[in-house]
Amino acid sequence: MHELPARDSHAGDADAARSLEQREERALLERLRAGEPEAFGTLVRRHGAQMLAVARRLLSHEDDAREVVQDAFLSAFRAVASFEGGSRLGTWLHRITVNAALMKLRQRRRRHEEPIDAYLPGFLADGHQARPAEDWRRSAQEILSSREDRQYVLDCIERMPESYREVLKLRDIEELSTQETAELLSIEPNTVKVRLHRARQALRALLDARFRGNR
Amino acid sequence: MTCREVIEFLMDYTSGELPHEVRAEFERHLELCPPCVAYLHTYEQTRELARHACISQDKAVDADVPEELVRAILAARAAERR
Repeated sequence: MHELPARDSHAGDADAARSLEQREERALLERLRAGEPEAFGTLVRRHGAQMLAVARRLLSHEDDAREVVQDAFLSAFRAVASFEGGSRLGTWLHRITVNAALMKLRQRRRRHEEPIDAYLPGFLADGHQARPAEDWRRSAQEILSSREDRQYVLDCIERMPESYREVLKLRDIEELSTQETAELLSIEPNTVKVRLHRARQALRALLDARFRGNR
Repeated sequence: MTCREVIEFLMDYTSGELPHEVRAEFERHLELCPPCVAYLHTYEQTRELARHACISQDKAVDADVPEELVRAILAARAAERR
């Protein structure tokens, strides 16, 4: 008889852990639906840190992020009876938090948004890059190992026009699909794609100012 | 294909959405144009930097939800039910 490869036994452990997690999640959902007060505390302690991290990534002020997490939990408590369990509880709460954060951003939105054109690449009449791109001096990993450079990246994201920053965060950071992002922002999927490409180009231009140059 | 078109199609190229014949033309341009190759590299590095800078920000803060926030949420729920 052949011994099972180690990989399979790890996969089995992972499956067992997932199945235990799913059973615990179902049990928690039943307690929430029954209105057990302790169950609400358990839900907040189990998912609160993750939701706060999402809110902090989308909003720059700590007070706003906390307010959003509170709003998101209150919405979740109200809707828990209708949660069908088609997605994982964590995924459902992530979506509610993103939605609450977007509502907060809309309340705060400035009337006039800076145009993004200044950050987009320029071209000569023959279609060549007006300022030919060069590789950066350091790899992404090297840049990320510096706290100061990580902060520079975060500051550049905050400098981008809001409607572009919003799409970049939802697609590239929160990893929502084009369709999910379009639904949350009430815009067309094609608009999401256009804004995402421009947002990446704009952020690239902002980062280029610091990292440009041959290795 | 010009540099302008290459940069316009970059996102579709990186997400594998370019039609086969456009992709072939795109790659022919890259073979001949170091600035567009550098643009592609730095575009992809930008995505990586944005994602990891934001995620590493999470690690720098508490792994647990602050207790005062837990209390505030539960108090708000209780107030709603009154």
